[in-house]
Amino acid sequence: MSAGHGGFAPSRALLAACAAPAVAFFAAFWLLPTALLLALPARQGWATYFAVLTHGRYLQSLLQTLGLSLAVTLATLVLGALVGITLARQRFPGRQLLLSLLTLPLSFPGVIVGFFMILLGGRQGTLAGLTDALGLGRITFAYGLAGLFLAYLYFSLPRAIATYTAAAGAMEAQLEEAARSLGASRWRVARDVWMPALAPTTLACGAIVFATAMGAFGTAFTLSAKFEVLPITIYDEFTNYANFALAASLSIALGLITWLVLWLSRRWAGTSAF
Amino acid sequence: MRNARQAPWALVALTALVALFMAAPIALSVMAGLVNNYSVGLQSGFTLRWLGEVWENYGSTVTWSLTLALLCVAGNLLLGVPCAYALARSRSRWARLFEELLTLPVAVPGLASALALILASGQLSSFRQSFAFILVGHMIFTLPFMVRTVGSAFQKDELRSLEEAARSLGAGFAQRFLGVLVPAVLPAIVAGSLMVFTLSVGEFNLTWMLHTPLTRTLPVGLADSYASMRIEVGSAYTLVFLLVILPVLWGLQAVGNFIEKHHGT
Repeated sequence: MSAGHGGFAPSRALLAACAAPAVAFFAAFWLLPTALLLALPARQGWATYFAVLTHGRYLQSLLQTLGLSLAVTLATLVLGALVGITLARQRFPGRQLLLSLLTLPLSFPGVIVGFFMILLGGRQGTLAGLTDALGLGRITFAYGLAGLFLAYLYFSLPRAIATYTAAAGAMEAQLEEAARSLGASRWRVARDVWMPALAPTTLACGAIVFATAMGAFGTAFTLSAKFEVLPITIYDEFTNYANFALAASLSIALGLITWLVLWLSRRWAGTSAF
Repeated sequence: MRNARQAPWALVALTALVALFMAAPIALSVMAGLVNNYSVGLQSGFTLRWLGEVWENYGSTVTWSLTLALLCVAGNLLLGVPCAYALARSRSRWARLFEELLTLPVAVPGLASALALILASGQLSSFRQSFAFILVGHMIFTLPFMVRTVGSAFQKDELRSLEEAARSLGAGFAQRFLGVLVPAVLPAIVAGSLMVFTLSVGEFNLTWMLHTPLTRTLPVGLADSYASMRIEVGSAYTLVFLLVILPVLWGLQAVGNFIEKHHGT
């Protein structure tokens, strides 16, 4: 944020008065509670802060969440980029409609996306009906790793598609034309023109998708998957075992990871992203 | 796009496949909410019975979610818009720091913010058991979106000159703010409000932790119906969510188009 041209500026007191209600609200309901959360694990000893690394079960949950989120991020970026570039280039009737359909799920809570996977791959799902009719028995995928992966993918694709469509639409066509007229192959154009041009988008979008996947709770909650992810572990510690210090410690670890990823992506890209 | 080329067929096929993956569950869910029996499919005939059942069991969650979202927008207007102005005009280091801090509830998973809020004020039982508790959570989560959207509108250079002109003509601050500045950034305020509304109606990660059996919102009810009701009822309930959220999204899109057309980007 640059303050632009000098001269006129409202007085400091006036600005402070404008910001005061929001600052007070934020301090009372986020800063103070978060400070308490940060201090809580210390009551059970400093080692509690590292529970996520020292306890086998929590470490496994963390690693599973990291692996899943990473896989989802990669798949989302590849699919989102390809679809986004295609949509930015093609002009066909109903394009705008298709774009709004593809971005509609941006506003869905994770629980709905989880339910969608149950409709597709649950016990009464489309796939189960299909395989049953073929005499293969009722095949399900919703409640395992595949269900979680597809649900997370469904949840993050709209954002990636919207971002890449906008970025690819703003890309300079001349550079690509020049490369083509010099005889560059499709693959070379993709590697030397598209990838550098879309790198900032990829970085920012990838960080958001990864952070969202790490913290996604509603989807995993609805699927009650056999594949445990960290938000579910935290929820279980808090509600089922009333182990508040541990839940706090795991939340801190999770929050630290998502915040760090977003912060790094902003540092590298030099732009803001959320 | 100048000189649009025909994309390779593989890309077109992939796009179609992704579109099918995104659209099929929505279509399935709408269908499942309106047929007599999901396993049998369309042959079982259409019914509004499930929608009626949703209304009976979860009707209050719809009204409460809408009320909460409106209150959340109102709170954001009262706290967020003046704050956005202050942050846009201030050059102090504290302003930049607060701006950073404000985005943390978006960067940190909702679960963590909700836990913190419960730890801090969970003992205040009348607060804990009221919708105000959820409202506070939604406000914390949505405030950065409003502040950022409106803040970038406040930063336009033309607006500074406009404000200066109003002041030199003798307008007091309240007059300048409400009479000149707010009307000038109104499209951004509307866009921010619709965004906040959408986020509040769909919020689950925080809300699930903050809710009580007597304070349930639409997504909380959805999770409950998915776990305990027939698949047709869950689908009908999902349809209700779509009916609530779609008009707002269309409004958001219309405002976006309006801003692009009249203010240039």
